[in-house]
Amino acid sequence: MITLTGLKLKNPTILAAGIMGTTGASLVRMANEGAGAVVTKSIGAEPKEGHPNPSMIQLECGFLNAMGLPNPSYDGFLQELEFAKNGSSVPVIASIFGGDADEFLRVAEGLSPAKPDAFELNVSCPHAEGYGAMIGTDPYVVEEITRAVCDSVDVPVWVKLTPNVTDIVAIGEAAERGGADGVVAINTVRAMAIDIATGYPILGNRFGGLSGSAIRPIAVKCVYDLYAALDIPVIGVGGVSGWQDAVEMIMAGASAVQIGSAVSGGVGVFGTIADGIDKYLDENGYTGVEGIIGLAHEVI
Amino acid sequence: MRPINVTITKIVEESPSTRTFFFDKSFDSAKPGQFVMAWIRGVDEIPMTLPYNNAITVQKVGDATSALFDLDVGDSIGIRGPFGNGFTLPQKNENILLIAGGVGSAPLVPLAEYGMRAGSDVTTILGARSADELIFADRFRAAGVLHITTDDGSEGRGGFVTDVLNEIDISEYDRICTCGPEIMMARVFGILHDAGAHGQAEFSLHRYFKCGIGVCGACCMDPHGLRVCKDGPVFNGELLVDSEFGEYKRGGSGVRV
Repeated sequence: MITLTGLKLKNPTILAAGIMGTTGASLVRMANEGAGAVVTKSIGAEPKEGHPNPSMIQLECGFLNAMGLPNPSYDGFLQELEFAKNGSSVPVIASIFGGDADEFLRVAEGLSPAKPDAFELNVSCPHAEGYGAMIGTDPYVVEEITRAVCDSVDVPVWVKLTPNVTDIVAIGEAAERGGADGVVAINTVRAMAIDIATGYPILGNRFGGLSGSAIRPIAVKCVYDLYAALDIPVIGVGGVSGWQDAVEMIMAGASAVQIGSAVSGGVGVFGTIADGIDKYLDENGYTGVEGIIGLAHEVI
Repeated sequence: MRPINVTITKIVEESPSTRTFFFDKSFDSAKPGQFVMAWIRGVDEIPMTLPYNNAITVQKVGDATSALFDLDVGDSIGIRGPFGNGFTLPQKNENILLIAGGVGSAPLVPLAEYGMRAGSDVTTILGARSADELIFADRFRAAGVLHITTDDGSEGRGGFVTDVLNEIDISEYDRICTCGPEIMMARVFGILHDAGAHGQAEFSLHRYFKCGIGVCGACCMDPHGLRVCKDGPVFNGELLVDSEFGEYKRGGSGVRV
């Protein structure tokens, strides 16, 4: 059991936003598969179909996606969130997005009747016009949105950061100033793939974001830097598919890890990684995961 | 995997609204009931089943399929796959019943032919709106026994596939495999469930796919969160009891429709 921004988690693995999070039933399934907490698909103010397909493909080194924030709006998602809350015993975190502070507030308030255990602010989607990283690259906007949501909700607020900036620490500090209870790093890395038979960009949106093992070293460095600079917890995400990856991310400074693309290898990945972390801690004489959080900062 | 470039080598008009597009590449690892994602460049990418290892059969229903109908021999599309779980393969001496509606015959016809080669007895109930919408009737007939139904009575028996199903002894069959419009499959499910035979039946489902590889969750079904693209698209009837099957599904935004 760990405590993360006031939430009790049975283990430090969390389902990442945008993966298996469109329906309440799939969130419950991921919880049953061993996730210590689950994050919903990012929800906005209006129903959105997202970008045309291909919206996600597997590459040699990871996964490339541009879903385009498809979601049924907070109104349409309420019943899914309620299903997830009623059906699972783990914290359910609502990922939300908006074009400005007012829109974030509207969505947060719209989902509040279903009592999410926390909110994760998506200011980092790399491929949605006017949303996500369009605002998440500006520390003043991030601080303003974070403050607005933190002032209006009475549950923890996490801010998910984009790595597509010169200095992720400046954005993390802005979130902390705004009152965030934790930051989540990183969202996908801007990327594209081209069909060499024709020259067509493969994604319907032409470009998108890279996830999977290719971005793990990038995530480890971002988490390492954020841990050094911030007082609030860092939740590490990016290319974690095995317990070794999770341990590495925690040693960089993550208090917990999120897992996304790795579900392609099997939805049992949460339980497998959680068990692997426990075994590692046991074998190395640690009484809990806190024994290795940020270890990479201490040993040198 | 990245989409594989395939060139269209032949186009066969199966019915006024349905065409089969043959490629210059064959997906020989495909099992009947698996699907591929067919990318019409610049338009969309849609799931399709394979009636042959080197072809897809497409009904013109929307933007992507209309764009596909605009293509000619020599044009190319991208193919990812095969993905998902297909039908259980028939074994020697097994008695197999196939129930196909409209373009739902596409994944079942290679299953019928596999069954014939394996030495199983294959019976097919093939239904369509009218005679000219019957697809792959000759191939089903060559693979075993064929019952035809048409809504308007223009060929075979007038009525629905379920009219035939209601009259046959379901207990004679080791397995029942079905693909067609969900309303048809839901009625088939109802009959088999009443007979206690739904656990011997497999249903090929359609949902809105985005990633096609079991990651995004757009095609998850209630109440167990099963992914149609990865855990399916073929499901044993046991998994569909008290599910959303036949009741509702979700559109591109995730809203229930």
